[in-house]
Amino acid sequence: MAYCEQCGKEAGDHPRCAARRELEPPRYCADCARRMVVQVTPTGWTAKCSRHGERTSA
Amino acid sequence: MAHSETVTTTQSDILALARTQVLDEGVGLSESQVLDVLRLPDSELDALLELAHEVRMRWCGPEVEVEGIISLKTGGCPEDCHFCSQSGLFESPVRSAWLDVPSLVEAAKQTAKTGATEFCIVAAVRGPDARLLAQVAAGIAAIKDEVDINIACSLGMLTQEQVDQLAAMGVHRYNHNLETAKSHFTNVVTTHTWEERWETLRLVREAGMEVCCGGIVGMGESLEQRAEFAAQLASLTPDEVPLNFLNPRPGTPFGDLEPMAGPDALRTVAAFRLAMPRTVLRFAGGREITLGDLGARRGMLGGINAVIVGNYLTTLGRPAESDIDLLGELQMPIKALNDTL
Ligand code: SF4
Ligand SMILES: [Zn+2]
Ligand SMILES: [Zn+2]
Repeated sequence: MAYCEQCGKEAGDHPRCAARRELEPPRYCADCARRMVVQVTPTGWTAKCSRHGERTSA
Repeated sequence: MAHSETVTTTQSDILALARTQVLDEGVGLSESQVLDVLRLPDSELDALLELAHEVRMRWCGPEVEVEGIISLKTGGCPEDCHFCSQSGLFESPVRSAWLDVPSLVEAAKQTAKTGATEFCIVAAVRGPDARLLAQVAAGIAAIKDEVDINIACSLGMLTQEQVDQLAAMGVHRYNHNLETAKSHFTNVVTTHTWEERWETLRLVREAGMEVCCGGIVGMGESLEQRAEFAAQLASLTPDEVPLNFLNPRPGTPFGDLEPMAGPDALRTVAAFRLAMPRTVLRFAGGREITLGDLGARRGMLGGINAVIVGNYLTTLGRPAESDIDLLGELQMPIKALNDTL
């Protein structure tokens, strides 16, 4: 993972993002840092990067 | 010393008074009485929560209303509600998205599986346009075909015509939050007014749909304004009040506010129950960060009688099972569908 999927910056030690991760779906693509289109549903989420495709909670 | 004794007397007074007025007579607390409750010290919190629980059991009963929510249209909203990650006016990481009808039906199915009786379809808009209403109509028809669940909507401000259309689609409850006290509203939203929101609520009520109206606490309002908000909600006599605690969203004007302290959040829960003894008082967003795992239990034993299970619109909640398990443990039955028809 090159980028933090919470804040889109270079991956590393981000305490705020680490805390957030439990209650937040990813927002940025870990491969290219693009903002993803994220859909949250009652039991999961999907996140799409226009270049790197879709990830899901499942 | 003499001063603190006076304070103590007043504090137990408000609990004694609430016991007679709210618990025995079913009359909600006034604005100044709510303020007295919000000022109770932490040492009185347990007694307060216990009383709020008794009031809820007496005037609402042990049943808990369970709801799931889904975002049909996410992000890109033209309004500027300062707490909201879906406003298109802030540098928020949330991008616009539309949900298709099959996914909407699937979400309704997942919600019904948890035992929920309410499914709320939400869109991030100022008000619905024709395209959105058509999508809502198609979605509701498809859900009604396949899933046994009450459908609620939250689509922003409505015209009379739109209210009539939604009622005709079979929408049973409409959510539109006043969000905060009237005197604090302009610090939270500048692109529309509190009065415009009130007007939509009036139309919804007149059309015979149930009114769901709540808001968010912890947005920099004073205790006085929190009490004002409770009184304003009470004067609307909503069928349901969803109570959210600010979850500061990155990139929004309120992104750097501190989440509310747990005891303050619990005092607010109890105060709202004492202001509105008969309403469905729902634990909504932000409870995970303000109250943690313990909070769900203390809230359920402090005046709350409804929950949103599973995830929220753009953030994740506790797994539905942990809330359902908790209700079982507390011996609180989930409200059944036929009760609400
Ligand atoms: S109207 Fe709703 S979606 Fe739009 S900014 Fe306000 S709270 Fe967010
Ligand atoms: Zn980060
Ligand atoms: Zn990518």
